[in-house]
Amino acid sequence: MIKKLFLATVVLALVVACSSSSSDDSPTVADNFNRGALLTNLADNIIIPAFQDLSLKLETLKTDKDAFIADANQTNLDELRASWLEAYKVWQHVEMFNIGKAEELLYAYQMNIYPVSTTDVETNISNGSYDLTHANNNDAVGFPAVDYMLNGVAGNDADILAKYEDEKYKTYLSDLVNQMESLTNTVLTDWTSTYRSTFISQTSNTTTSAVNKFVNDFIFYFEKGLRANKFGIPAGVFSTDPLAEKVEAFYNQEVSKTLALEALLATQNTFNGTYYSLSVKGESFSSYLNELDRSDLAVLINTRFDNAREKINLLDNNFYSQVTTDNTKMTEAYDALQLAVVSLKVDMLQAFNINVDYVDADGD
Amino acid sequence: MAVFRVLFGVMMCFSIIRFWYHGWIETLYIQPKFHFTYYGFEWVKPLGVYTYVVFVICGLSACLVALGLKYRLAIITFFLSFTYIELMDKTTYLNHYYFISLLSFLMIFLPANAYFSVDSLLRKKSYNNIPKWTNDSVKLLLGIVYFFAGLAKLNSDWLLKAQPLKIWLPSKYDLPFIGDTLMHQNWFHYAMSWSGALYDLSIPFLLLYRKTRVFAFALVVIFHVFTRVLFPIGMFPFIMIVSTLIFFDAGLHRKIISFIKRIVPFKNSKYSIEQHSVYYYNFRKSITAVLGLFFIVQLLLPFRYMLYPNELFWSEEGYRFSWRVMLMEKMGISTFKIVNSETGEFFYVNNKDFLTPFQEKQMSAQPDFILEYAHYLGDHFTGQGHKNVQVFVESYVALNGRLSTPLIDKTVNLYAEKESFKPKHWILPFKDDIKGL
Repeated sequence: MIKKLFLATVVLALVVACSSSSSDDSPTVADNFNRGALLTNLADNIIIPAFQDLSLKLETLKTDKDAFIADANQTNLDELRASWLEAYKVWQHVEMFNIGKAEELLYAYQMNIYPVSTTDVETNISNGSYDLTHANNNDAVGFPAVDYMLNGVAGNDADILAKYEDEKYKTYLSDLVNQMESLTNTVLTDWTSTYRSTFISQTSNTTTSAVNKFVNDFIFYFEKGLRANKFGIPAGVFSTDPLAEKVEAFYNQEVSKTLALEALLATQNTFNGTYYSLSVKGESFSSYLNELDRSDLAVLINTRFDNAREKINLLDNNFYSQVTTDNTKMTEAYDALQLAVVSLKVDMLQAFNINVDYVDADGD
Repeated sequence: MAVFRVLFGVMMCFSIIRFWYHGWIETLYIQPKFHFTYYGFEWVKPLGVYTYVVFVICGLSACLVALGLKYRLAIITFFLSFTYIELMDKTTYLNHYYFISLLSFLMIFLPANAYFSVDSLLRKKSYNNIPKWTNDSVKLLLGIVYFFAGLAKLNSDWLLKAQPLKIWLPSKYDLPFIGDTLMHQNWFHYAMSWSGALYDLSIPFLLLYRKTRVFAFALVVIFHVFTRVLFPIGMFPFIMIVSTLIFFDAGLHRKIISFIKRIVPFKNSKYSIEQHSVYYYNFRKSITAVLGLFFIVQLLLPFRYMLYPNELFWSEEGYRFSWRVMLMEKMGISTFKIVNSETGEFFYVNNKDFLTPFQEKQMSAQPDFILEYAHYLGDHFTGQGHKNVQVFVESYVALNGRLSTPLIDKTVNLYAEKESFKPKHWILPFKDDIKGL
């Protein structure tokens, strides 16, 4: 009670102080940043459109898969591989949105854990019974598993096609694709039906609010999903030796760079509030920084994204051969990405004054 | 003094319970694999599950202090157990914990059980007056805390840039009513910075002077309640509010005691307590010497930073134990590289494998933490069979809204550097200038 009383007194005193002195002050620079507008832009123009596109691409993948299962020939295999790549590229735009239903379902764990465990896949296939949602199967599902199914089950295309004379392979491929499509639709439907309004309303500065979680998720993805998984781990920066077989899309052998560039573009677009697949911009981390009078930082972060892109462009299309032939270029790309991590995790978080972790202890 | 003792004991007991209740004993002292120690106190470590015992001892002794039962033994136990807890891991260092350690040390020498205590019931002796210097010594300690905190605020970041309040206050936008009206106003950041500094510098004097005392106490309450609302500072505001009651004269304290007596029924009549008017002190000379030395150290310690060439806020050499409170918003990222000096092979360390998020956060921006952790990593990987281990760190730190810059020379093998009180040559110079004390 006494505490409340004093609080009331303080508030009153401050209001009096405020109203008497602010009138003759010059217009003030203020952090009136509208976090609701930021979240709305993210939801309506970036997140939901990306999920919708992914859903479309997975539908195409499913159609092509059905055609392939009906008739496992070279043409259908090529079609299927092409639609797999298209969907995988769009996936790079949604992996960072690990919030809401996606977080609850551990969606990303069921879509893109690599390297795929070929042992688990082959065991599932020969057993014929499996729970694809089970945590033990995280490394036997999603895009990496489909990569293996389309490119890795045998040494050449003729042998791969021969594998699909076995019904069990057909069933597993089919189940994988159907599961990916159905998971994606669950997440998308949740966004469009209920989660959007929850998301845009949670503007408070608490550890569980959407705005804080989103910032944390975004940085976590950039650091882990992009920097570490796509570059650091295969290049061996966390181990004594390089681990080239841990690149993304290992069995395809041609697209790891395409996917990595797509992921970098996706993070940069989210940072700048650029609409999905358009060039229009809305409220974003970047505009928030400008509002806080930290345009220097917004510019620096974009420069570091661009520098990283330059380094990645120097790499081979196939990161596996890049690591095995000239790993230095790979670690240089990693270092460039690391500088972006520093700017995001240290400078941007300091500017927003958002907690990077969920530590709960007193300060002084 | 009696009121002070009772409230201090109750608050400390409550603090310990609160600490336990939040599960912090588990997360801060038992879960981490590795603890950051204080130089010279490396042997103070958590004791596994027995850490709880230390907390129990600490909480119980706080209760005994409040009751005034076996006071001298209780306050010594409290001082030792509380200080032990604080020394276990410097990740959790807070100025107000340090304040409590100092205060309990001081209280060992004070006759806080002379009046209104179980001890006085048992001894059947009560003293109505205690020497004036005993109260004054507590006032002096409080005065030092405030005044030095004020002095530390006299720097260009605080006064001329309103940092770090300019970063902290806008993020409180969801506070009811003042959240979106005041917290982002530029003038408000400056007003808060200046009034905070002025408050700290003047409050000891306003409290000492009888005519301004009530006003000063009101300020104390407003200030601490307001900071409690804004920042996660736990029990500290309440401890300070209670502590400043010591500035009031005996009349008020007697009223508080009779108030406590009314709500807690005592059967005083049973005992006939001998009333003595003046407390008599044994070992006067040695106590004067100890406390004199204690206060001289207190007055000098905050200035030890002058012995280091680096910018204090950047290198933090001489930063702790100096009442530098809420002066910095500092964040960093430190990546450790383990190198085999013969083959040149290297790999990076994932800090999460060894540290809790809280430890990683504290470690990333503070050189002494970085050094200790580098040694831990060096030992760990040598123990795993790695040969010719060298440990390097790439560390970026942002201070008070400046762009992040490297903190540590990344070409220095930290595994070969020893901790000491000497200046650390491997800390890179600060690229900007912060003027002030």
